[in-house]
Amino acid sequence: MLPTPSTTHVSFDAIYEPAEDSYLLLDTLSSASETAFLASHFPSPSTPSPLVLEVGVGSGVVLAFAAANAQTIFGRADVAFLGTDVNALAARAAAQTVRGAVAEQAEPRAAFLDVVEGDLTSCVKDGEVDVLVFNPPYVPTETLPAPLDAEAMASPEVFERDSKLLELSYAGGEDGMETTDRLLERLPGVLSARGVAYVLLCAQNKPEAVKERIRAWPAGWCAETVGSSGKKAGWEKLVIVRIWRG
Amino acid sequence: MKLLTLNFLTCARKTCKTNPAAFPLHPREAELEQIEAEINPLLIQNLLPRINWEVLKTISQELGLPSLPESAPDSEDFMTEEGEPTQTLKDLHTLLMEMNVQNGKLVCGSCEHEYAIKEGIANFLLPSHMV
Ligand SMILES: C[S@@+](CC[C@H](N)C(=O)[O-])C[C@H]1O[C@@H](n2cnc3c(N)ncnc32)[C@H](O)[C@@H]1O
Ligand SMILES: [Zn+2]
Repeated sequence: MLPTPSTTHVSFDAIYEPAEDSYLLLDTLSSASETAFLASHFPSPSTPSPLVLEVGVGSGVVLAFAAANAQTIFGRADVAFLGTDVNALAARAAAQTVRGAVAEQAEPRAAFLDVVEGDLTSCVKDGEVDVLVFNPPYVPTETLPAPLDAEAMASPEVFERDSKLLELSYAGGEDGMETTDRLLERLPGVLSARGVAYVLLCAQNKPEAVKERIRAWPAGWCAETVGSSGKKAGWEKLVIVRIWRG
Repeated sequence: MKLLTLNFLTCARKTCKTNPAAFPLHPREAELEQIEAEINPLLIQNLLPRINWEVLKTISQELGLPSLPESAPDSEDFMTEEGEPTQTLKDLHTLLMEMNVQNGKLVCGSCEHEYAIKEGIANFLLPSHMV
């Protein structure tokens, strides 16, 4: 078992607290089958350093885990890590989480670049991301909350502001898929030719249908379930789908 | 924000995605800070093929940093015969991994939108009418 990064400095009043979904991502990324896949997909040292992007970093626990354990997960330490989140407080806290976790490692250390505030992958240059990780807001809800602008972030009604930030972390709109669908739509543009994405889905997101849709994308895409947790009446509650060009 | 990060970012507006002028973003009124980091020679060597040297030259110049060589260094020149990092490698490490824009703006060369950087964190969120 690889250690879980420390998030003791993170305020969970306004930032998603690591939960079953976060831990499923940690377990999946460090599983024997995924580490074998990643090491053979990005052979070291003959190929350029991979760029890993986590969308919606929250506390930063997943990005920090991947960066601190790059040698184990990717079979190499020359990997660069980048994160985004719509929640300005999460972006700041996550940067600290990743820096702390990487600093605890022996050299050579992976490169933590930055966490930026942004919507999904909108500020990332096309064709650069080699590994994309997303634990989205996946709970089906009536409406999709709007991101908070600078004015809303500076509001003195801190309790109200924080509950809006937390709502952004789980509320997924129709089928819980509105944000995930927007990310999936951009995947073929954002990922490099060797790019791989890990996306978490819950049962209400209809993961089998999602995978079928991805397999029907032009130019041959693969989608497989590579991690799951919480069996309920024979159904997995949460799954991690790996998406890549076949 | 590290200078290396700028190699991977563009303007967040949809209409700028296909415009080459939206990359790189141009730092303005930037407050730079050097934050020391351990050198990882293999990382710099394996990142080098993905770094747009013209872009790095432009950004360094815009930040008022010493001008970079005309073309990208050869990774053969990164280690001395004794296996120690050369000045070439150390300089590149400093530029890519240690130089941080702590406060300032990033300006898109296509739409001229300005993104703020505060305490090292850049904000790419757009008002809804601009997305
Ligand atoms: C379920 S939480 C996951 C947090 C963390 N990655 C983890 O696994 O513990 C979802 C995160 O996505 C962020 N988020 C929601 N919508 C987003 C968007 N459009 N762009 C970027 N991040 C978003 C939320 O602020 C929240 O931090
Ligand atoms: Zn622009």
